[in-house]
Amino acid sequence: MIENKNTKDFEFTKKNLEQVKKIFSKYPDDQKVSAVMPLLDLAMRQIGGWVTESAIKHISSMLNIPFIRAYEVASFYSMFNLEPIGKNFIQICTTTSCWLRGSDNILEVCKKHLNVKNNQTTKDGLFTLKEVECLGACVNAPMVQINDNYYEDLDTESFLNILDSLKEGKKIDIGPQNKKRKGAEPLGSA
Amino acid sequence: MKKVYVNDKVVSVPDTATVMQACELAGEEIPRVCYHESLSIAGNCRMCLVEVENAAKPVASCAFPVAEGMKINTKSDKVKKARKGVMEFLLINHPLDCPICDQGGECDLQDQSLYYGKSYSRFEENKRAVEDKDFGPLVKTVMTRCIHCTRCVRFLDEVAGTHELGAINRGEQMEIASVVEEGITSELSGNIIDLCPVGALTSKPYAFKARSWELIHHDTIDITDGLGSNLILDEFQGEIKRVLPRFNEDINQEWISDKSRFSYDGLDVQRLDKPFIRDDKNKLIPSDWKTSLNNVTGLLKKYKSDEIAAISGSLTDVETMFVAKELFNSLGIYNLDCRFNGSNFKINNRTDWLFNSKIIGTDKIDKLFIIGCDPKREATVLNARIRKRWLSGDLEIITLCTPNDLTYETTSLGDDVSLLSDPSFLTDIKSFFNGAKYPMIILGDSILSTVEGEKIHSIVKSLSDNCEIIRDGWNGFCVLSAYASRSGGLEIGFLPSKGGLNVKQIKKKISEKKIKLLFLIEADDFDLSDLDIKSTKIIYLGHHGDKHATKAEIILPITAFTEKKALYVNIEGRPQFTKKIIQNKGIAVDSWKIFRALADNFNLKFSYNNHEQLLNKIYKLHPEISFINQIISSEWKSFKSSSIKLKTLKSNFAVVNYYQTCPVTRASNNMANCRKRFLKKDESKFNG
Amino acid sequence: MLDKKDKIFNNLYGLKGKGLKTAKNFGDWTNAKDVILNGKDWILKHVKDSGLRGRGGAGFPTGLKWSFMPSKTEYKPNYLIVNADESEPGTCKDREILRNEPFKLLEGMLYASIAMEVNTAYIYIRGEFYNEFVSLQNAIDECYENNLLGKKILKTDYNLDVYVHRGAGAYICGEESALIESLEGKKGQPRLKPPFPANVGLYGCPTTVSNVETIAVVPAILKRGSEWFAGLGKENNTGTKLFCISGHVNKPCTVEEEMGVDLKELIEKHCGGVLGGWNNLKAVVPGGSSTPLIPASLCNNLAMDFDSLKAVKSGLGTAAVIVMDKSTDIVEAITRFSRFYNHESCGQCTPCREGTGWILKIMKKLCKGTADINDIDKLEDICSQVENHTICALGDAAAWPVQALIRHYRSDLEKRISSSKLVSSAE
Repeated sequence: MIENKNTKDFEFTKKNLEQVKKIFSKYPDDQKVSAVMPLLDLAMRQIGGWVTESAIKHISSMLNIPFIRAYEVASFYSMFNLEPIGKNFIQICTTTSCWLRGSDNILEVCKKHLNVKNNQTTKDGLFTLKEVECLGACVNAPMVQINDNYYEDLDTESFLNILDSLKEGKKIDIGPQNKKRKGAEPLGSA
Repeated sequence: MKKVYVNDKVVSVPDTATVMQACELAGEEIPRVCYHESLSIAGNCRMCLVEVENAAKPVASCAFPVAEGMKINTKSDKVKKARKGVMEFLLINHPLDCPICDQGGECDLQDQSLYYGKSYSRFEENKRAVEDKDFGPLVKTVMTRCIHCTRCVRFLDEVAGTHELGAINRGEQMEIASVVEEGITSELSGNIIDLCPVGALTSKPYAFKARSWELIHHDTIDITDGLGSNLILDEFQGEIKRVLPRFNEDINQEWISDKSRFSYDGLDVQRLDKPFIRDDKNKLIPSDWKTSLNNVTGLLKKYKSDEIAAISGSLTDVETMFVAKELFNSLGIYNLDCRFNGSNFKINNRTDWLFNSKIIGTDKIDKLFIIGCDPKREATVLNARIRKRWLSGDLEIITLCTPNDLTYETTSLGDDVSLLSDPSFLTDIKSFFNGAKYPMIILGDSILSTVEGEKIHSIVKSLSDNCEIIRDGWNGFCVLSAYASRSGGLEIGFLPSKGGLNVKQIKKKISEKKIKLLFLIEADDFDLSDLDIKSTKIIYLGHHGDKHATKAEIILPITAFTEKKALYVNIEGRPQFTKKIIQNKGIAVDSWKIFRALADNFNLKFSYNNHEQLLNKIYKLHPEISFINQIISSEWKSFKSSSIKLKTLKSNFAVVNYYQTCPVTRASNNMANCRKRFLKKDESKFNG
Repeated sequence: MLDKKDKIFNNLYGLKGKGLKTAKNFGDWTNAKDVILNGKDWILKHVKDSGLRGRGGAGFPTGLKWSFMPSKTEYKPNYLIVNADESEPGTCKDREILRNEPFKLLEGMLYASIAMEVNTAYIYIRGEFYNEFVSLQNAIDECYENNLLGKKILKTDYNLDVYVHRGAGAYICGEESALIESLEGKKGQPRLKPPFPANVGLYGCPTTVSNVETIAVVPAILKRGSEWFAGLGKENNTGTKLFCISGHVNKPCTVEEEMGVDLKELIEKHCGGVLGGWNNLKAVVPGGSSTPLIPASLCNNLAMDFDSLKAVKSGLGTAAVIVMDKSTDIVEAITRFSRFYNHESCGQCTPCREGTGWILKIMKKLCKGTADINDIDKLEDICSQVENHTICALGDAAAWPVQALIRHYRSDLEKRISSSKLVSSAE
């Protein structure tokens, strides 16, 4: 049994209900269950990065499936956070390609700088740190994902710069941070 | 048929067979943990891997279809290695707590590890910790033992239809869990204990009560509903330790309801072990058989025969009703009725009250109309069978006056009985049944107990004829009663005759103070709540001091179903025996003997002096129930009625308190716990 | 070495701009109507003749796979699903197509759909690729606006709807039947086979799941000719291929090369060589985490194609080359893979659920040096108990890298254990 962390009843906002309609239109009429993942994602965006029990319940009843089926899905996929997270959700990849290029340093620096352990949120609620598996940007290692964006070709300096910018609300370019390339091309070929 | 080779032995197997079935036909045993005949195939445990020629990898035999000429090897080194490997994996995170595990001795994992596993452990790390779950008062969990076969999840999804369990998280962190507070509310929840191949799910009431190898198994039948599910009662040192289903394809297959399984603890409490007589100070005092029976005889002599009535209850056996009827009729008493709930209908022959298609007939129905009952709670196992039929497709179900949570999709026609007499209704229902090969109407005994019961019975019979529910080799007119005693009572005619009164009329006469002496034979569910019974003396026969015991003039203690060999007839008209397993409590006797003894007090010469002679007499007079465990069909008498009008009467006939429906279940602590846990929301509706 | 004119992905890095107009300048959608009108059999024949093998890892012949699809019926549509759940560690090639060359993918989907009588296709993109999803969705919208998708495409009688479905973080959804389960709104747990998706796939209908790159090269094959494609690489290993070279190279990148390109050439020409030079190479993982590593001694004159890599007991996989120089703690490198597979096991079947955990635990001991000498044999045995016994290939993928580690570095492992034993006994 999951704990009742949020007793408030969840409902989609009017704006998001438009999105719901769009999502439903992708799937055959008798296969609306397909929408469970997009709806969980939408709910998560509405709530602020995590999904409440009440939201899962609401979605299961929208899709006319048992609560447990929706909960199974929510608990299976790593992107559905079942606990509250900070405003900036930092996911540091430490799988082999990133590790070979120093991701452990990034992780350590991050822990120190924010004074958090893995899977913890800073006291000010600004950052949550999570060590994650391969995010599929291996030629731009090391890299981190913060919310929807990838920040690549990092070193500790550029990484700390990102953290500070986020703290100060400054805009940062996403993608490679070494300013020498735009994407996955060999350095200097552009 | 396809020809396949299992370890070079040729076998012919059905085209749709799996490799596992082929191996079994060839006499090869295949180990398995997740596979279960009655559930969908999961293929996740991987214990059943075998080698198939030309397949790149060993295949899961439970799921792999056979092909013509396929060569299967179940004994190769590859297969042995696969089994040993899988078994080792199953065990690495499984605790070594067999000595304190209730599954010990009947554990699939234990057995299979002996035959297919390694004899040593190579796992030196810490085992996985998993929090136990609270599934309610019946199912105990020790989740570290779980091997993730998902049988329990599949059972609740597929058979019970309540979808209350799931496998949450993933990988090593995957665990079986329920996500609702109540736990597992299904009335079939106990079956997951049987299904669990390990000790992850065990019986809470049975916890640490016995070791499986010390139990003595007794075959008997269930009397908590009208199905007569087949049971195994496990006894140790004169006590019932647990109840398990006994496979019977025709009735319960391999399932039983939680009431059948867990109410046995009620057999040990609140028992009547001696007669009681009300004294001058209006107190019930202990007595002996001679005095109490003489007092009963005195009362029988005191009152006129039309001032005397007898009602039997849901647990009363055929023998008792038969002897009681003979006694009462001999004394000119005709106010007899076994339909304590007041159900009422005209009887032509047995087909009027039987579940004529037989339970197994539900496997092939294609159109179903359910009227005025709650099959989920009145015939739980049958309901699961309807669900199974529905799941397999092409079954349309409409309902009238039923609850809406029957675990299959239904189109409800509302909850107003009077729809049945609507002029356009017959046309609608005819078009519904149009084209059906095996149409069925389930008519609830519950709805027949309303004031309109008799008319409803006539209308539905006529409807059945009009819609050709009865045809060559098929009778889809099925009355559903929730009581183990009902068919038996109707078979031997424990009913009013020669102008005698039925239950409703008896009630009326009681309120008019015209019934002076009332025999309640295990009839605590005969509703006395709004009756003034000051002028009615009650002779109470029961094994429990249940609802009406305190109102009795004389209490006569009788045996419960585990203490007697007794005949019951289920809804299909199938006679079956209970078995005497436990000693009588105190000086309680089998209830038929009371009436036999009273006959002697009146110098009536009854031709039987023991149970066997009694049975022979019953068989002779009622040959339809003389073949044990067999159903003798009777011919349908065509019946057409016209222009019967029904009053508006609204109900969905939902059973509010599934767990407590008879003296035994009301005495059961397990059932009380279930009611408390699972029926919390409905608590306000209870009056008893 | 791939000639510039034979390149398929001319805007792989998106340096030349975005949008349909740019794509058209590079040849996307030119003569599309002709291809459509050539019809199903023509497309199938050319894809078959090209020798194209699936780019998702298994290398199954694409034309043959497509031909398994039955004709659509009145009751059951056929579905095409593009597998864009790119999650194999080391692999980031599809990402470039999704964000920079989406029109090649969409055009390829149209032709594939014609070949398989599909009118509804889905792209299952990994959830973390949010910006890639946005680029892709924009491209789809542009195609709809320009009658390249939707009803009566380019005024032909052909209809195709394309929808993007985002995953939510599960490597296993790259397995085609798990992907289908996921798309159906369930946990991504692989199905038992048979039945295969071509018979019972999405919503119970015939379905083909193809990798992004596989589909994206189809327009080039159909327009430049199957002979052209088959002429690149060598027999049974034809065409061009996207390689992602990560790890210890000077310039990690994703690059299109000819199938069968020499490993050293690939690294030196495009990636500026191994850090510290070719002689500083310790090992490569040639095709993503599940392909067994190849020690430097076998890396000379190594053709990067399906069959050549199979010959050295590895595989081309997704052509994600992870390069490790001599400074690499190879045990730690493989342990990270073991951690990955443990994290990504769906938990459904016993050997994978339990085996990946056990493998990881022993690998960690080996890393720390707390393992026992017997643990090496035990680990090898555990791997062999996982391999071939699971429902899907994740179990195999978890076993292979570890097996290769033991195969090539057993003496290193033994040395590490005995030296740590010495240290601990000295303390």
